[in-house]
Amino acid sequence: MLTLTSPVRTWAHSVSAWVKLATLCVWTLVLMRLEGVWLLGAALLVLGLAASGGRGFLRHWLAMLRPVWPFAVLVVLWQIWLGNIWAAWPILARLGAAVGLANAVTMTTELAEILALLTRLARPLARFGLKPQVLALSVALVIRFVPVMLLRYAQITMAFAARSPRRAGWRILMPVLLATLDDADRVAEALRARGGAG
Amino acid sequence: MERNLTHIALFAALIAVLGLIPKIDLISGVPITAQSLGIMLCGTVLGAKRGFLAVLLFVALVAAGLPLLSGGRGGIGLFVGPSAGYLIGFPFAAFVAGLVVERWPVRVSVAALAGSILGGIVVLYAFGIPGMALTLGKSLPEAALLATPFLAGDLIKAGLAALITQAIAQARPGALLSRTAPRGAVK
Repeated sequence: MLTLTSPVRTWAHSVSAWVKLATLCVWTLVLMRLEGVWLLGAALLVLGLAASGGRGFLRHWLAMLRPVWPFAVLVVLWQIWLGNIWAAWPILARLGAAVGLANAVTMTTELAEILALLTRLARPLARFGLKPQVLALSVALVIRFVPVMLLRYAQITMAFAARSPRRAGWRILMPVLLATLDDADRVAEALRARGGAG
Repeated sequence: MERNLTHIALFAALIAVLGLIPKIDLISGVPITAQSLGIMLCGTVLGAKRGFLAVLLFVALVAAGLPLLSGGRGGIGLFVGPSAGYLIGFPFAAFVAGLVVERWPVRVSVAALAGSILGGIVVLYAFGIPGMALTLGKSLPEAALLATPFLAGDLIKAGLAALITQAIAQARPGALLSRTAPRGAVK
């Protein structure tokens, strides 16, 4: 399964996920308070951290920031329209420093480690009937159902294309959902046959 | 119990799939992601509690770093960025959508439409707009202005959610857990 963890090993990979997440929480809260030069320094610090992972890591990190660009452009245009373009940079520095560090945490933490952490955090929920083993099973089921559903989608789209010159569009969603609902029922039967979901 | 579990997982996967399929042109030319359609369906089909759990599962997997959000996005960065409010609001949107379908005893399509609009638009925007205002340094009305271009697409998606919920009610009445399952039973 494709994950966002960086294949380039860095020093941060060996730091515990708890430490990284706690740092990130504190960092995000601190950023809210910072102003002026301090904010610029914070953004540069995050950039420096990303660069400490090497050139390959830095390139991957910059690519991960892509979803923020449209918002950055929007903020700049907005400030130009308000006639004060310089008011844009603290907003952008704060956003970049927050998202940048959070992305770096995602990139340097194995999926298994984060899932273990989430399971641990969800442990108090066992009191409300959400057992850890059920949570683990449901994560596995989602990861399995995504390709199953994509396969059904591809099959039904092909079947539609073989019969009609038109494009299927949203109409295809209904047969895909019905087919995968049946798949889900069969998985439920299989789970029950194996002694239930825990 | 097992059936509830697999259906919850299936609908969490549905949200991901709706973001991965680029070819679904809801209205040609307008690049709207269908993921909020998945959020609405989680509520209208699974009901409040199970819909909430399905979307929470999806959001947790995104936070864990699986690239399941449209455009292959994922990771904790999204939760401190401009779309953070929407991500946090997703499970509550599904909860409200499900609650309407469970509690309002009218035709499924009508209840699903009302639920999708109330949950998938009103509740979701109530989370998303403050999130944008906070991260982009804007006032609430300014952030609301940024959200309005998506309103038309979201209304269309609410309509689609109603149609699809209705279709499931007809073809697989047992799968419409929001109406058939005993109220309050999660698993």
